[in-house]
Amino acid sequence: MEKLPLLSPAPHLHSSETTGQVMWTVVLALLPAAAGSIFFFGLRALKIMAVTVVTCLVTEAASQAVFHRPVRVKDGSAVVTGLLLSFVLPPRLPLWMAALGGFSAIFLVKELFGGLGYNIFNPALAARAILLASFPVEMTRFYPPFQTGVDAVSGATPLTAVKEHLAGPLPSLKEMFLGVRAGCLGETSVLLLLLGAALLLARRIITWHIPLAYLATVAVLSAIFRQNVAFQLLAGGLILGAFFMATDYVTSPLTSRGKLIFGIGCGIITVLIRMQGGYPEGVCYAILFMNMLVPMIDRLTYPVRYGAVLPEKKSSGQA
Amino acid sequence: MISGGVHPLSFKRLSRNFPIQEFLQPERVVLPLSQHTGAAATPVVKKGDEVVQGQLIGQANGFVSSCLHASISGRVSSVDYCYLPSGRRSLAITIENDGSNRRIETISRDWRSLASEQLVEGVRQAGIVGMGGAAFPTHVKLSLPPGRRAELVILNGCECEPFLTCDERVLREETAGVVEGLQIICRAVGTGKATVALEGDKDGLDEIVRPYLKKLEPELKVELKILPERYPQGSEKQLIEAVTGRQVPSGKLPIDVGCLVFNVQTALAIKQAVTEGWPLVQRVLTLGGLVEKPSNLRVAIGTPVEAILNFCQVKLDGRKRLVMGGPMMGQALPETSLPVLKGTSGLLVLGPREGFSEEAPCIRCGRCLQACPMRLAPAEIGRQARLGNWEGCRQLYVNDCIECGCCAYVCPSRLPLVAWFKWAKAELREKKTA
Repeated sequence: MEKLPLLSPAPHLHSSETTGQVMWTVVLALLPAAAGSIFFFGLRALKIMAVTVVTCLVTEAASQAVFHRPVRVKDGSAVVTGLLLSFVLPPRLPLWMAALGGFSAIFLVKELFGGLGYNIFNPALAARAILLASFPVEMTRFYPPFQTGVDAVSGATPLTAVKEHLAGPLPSLKEMFLGVRAGCLGETSVLLLLLGAALLLARRIITWHIPLAYLATVAVLSAIFRQNVAFQLLAGGLILGAFFMATDYVTSPLTSRGKLIFGIGCGIITVLIRMQGGYPEGVCYAILFMNMLVPMIDRLTYPVRYGAVLPEKKSSGQA
Repeated sequence: MISGGVHPLSFKRLSRNFPIQEFLQPERVVLPLSQHTGAAATPVVKKGDEVVQGQLIGQANGFVSSCLHASISGRVSSVDYCYLPSGRRSLAITIENDGSNRRIETISRDWRSLASEQLVEGVRQAGIVGMGGAAFPTHVKLSLPPGRRAELVILNGCECEPFLTCDERVLREETAGVVEGLQIICRAVGTGKATVALEGDKDGLDEIVRPYLKKLEPELKVELKILPERYPQGSEKQLIEAVTGRQVPSGKLPIDVGCLVFNVQTALAIKQAVTEGWPLVQRVLTLGGLVEKPSNLRVAIGTPVEAILNFCQVKLDGRKRLVMGGPMMGQALPETSLPVLKGTSGLLVLGPREGFSEEAPCIRCGRCLQACPMRLAPAEIGRQARLGNWEGCRQLYVNDCIECGCCAYVCPSRLPLVAWFKWAKAELREKKTA
């Protein structure tokens, strides 16, 4: 009789995909936009990214150790959070504020709620909301691209310009598509963001449901509000939010139907804030608001299980 | 078309092209009296008795139970408890082979002259159970509940588990026998309609089977359906959905939607039982995985796994896993002395693998919901199971779970979802009986 290794439960085969792979693929998908942001906003952008990523990693490892959880920083989820956070920060934010943001994202928003898989809010967006409330001036001071000196002149984002009826030319749609405009680090270049999004869709890391529902809703409502639809789609953090923030597994619904509802909800709130609210941009708060509804949406959209039909109804269908 | 499911690499070409080999005379067989669903059989032999192949050694104990027969001739060396692959214990009869190869007298009779009840009784006496893995007593399935009518009999040749090709080989080599078994089944349940369901990857098999089916008309109308490859299409409920579009209501039986599903080897066993009076004492299984020559073997029920490994010169190195059944639903064996059962369709040697991770977090990616063929929410059930909230699991319909393993297969966090669900079901069963 031969001794065999420790028993493991069925199934004995596995798809090759792991959580780590998923997270690192998201990092890969963010790299084009990260490179673009260095190109547009200079080394300052790289510094902010480095600060948020490192703070997120350190905070994650430290809090997992403090909470006696297995330390699993290698899975890359903190890197994703760090990068995404830097993407929604303005280019000249003081670095210590960026670091505070990284700490808030991981410690306050994620680990305090139980760590990966248990947080209610998207960590990067919640941290941005915290920073915006704490440092309203620094968080809303934007600069046009390619200004590297100390004497750089601040300039409004296109959405702010529209909201405040500021004088001066708006960037063309082509410039906005390429990313030649003022804004947060990673939100400006729609082209580079879509490149990354294509990777996520092709590798089936995300599905089309949330982004499409989100963008379509914004498009339709913008038209109703008699806005330039293309401008509304390209402006602000919409593309970044729709493909990379709203699709965050942990804080979005499980089911396809739920994802559609979630995307539509995000779209409605985004447009309402843009048109009627006090802020020029609404993506961040729209997604955070919808994050709170996820458990409810899940509960309402579980698929109809096999065999759930009433037997009488079923047997009458027999031919 | 079934909903959900997965499509793992099938590995079937490793073993599908070799004829069935025979290994029918092991030194000893161990025959558990409880290797089927239902009550354990009662032993009718004792230590020291001489038995011949095919002789009744365990009498069915009630209706939902199954008879057991000696699979070799020899002397009963013990009637004692042994472990089953599932981890349960069962009384088992061990027979030492005397090499004389004596067997019971077979008969020859025409099933067409027999009434339905006689056919079912023949199946019952032969100790036939579902040979696809579930090992549900076949005579119970053939005895229709009052008021129910069988409309369609489905012969299940899907064999959707990776590696396994034993049913395919049997259907290829014993087409006439299997088809006659199907005829007998249809006669026993009184239907003139049947479907033979195959999956798309069984190259050329449909051309072999089709002429046999043509000959049955007009008495029996048999459709040959080639389904797209998808695991777990061979599961009874999923196959019914794929073939008829009907769903078996939760908690009900296939017969409630007018369907009955039989495995290929079960059909062959029925034919042998009814026309020859020959009980179920052998079966074909696939030996596969990390072995030099993957093959299909006809073995005596009760053959210890180690005897098969020796016969095929398979070496385990202490790190490889040995799995009984398919890789998706089979059981990892703790040791090699366990016997082959009536429902054992495969014996697989698999490499060592990173285990499941009890502590990894669910990242709510939703892949398990997409994969679940029962359209449950494995992620949510898993969350409740982790909390020990069995009632919460029940409210999320854990009892509808068919334990196919698709959710755990796709889980990027490697959560042992199926193991948790089995646990939850066991807890709920206990609560119900308490």
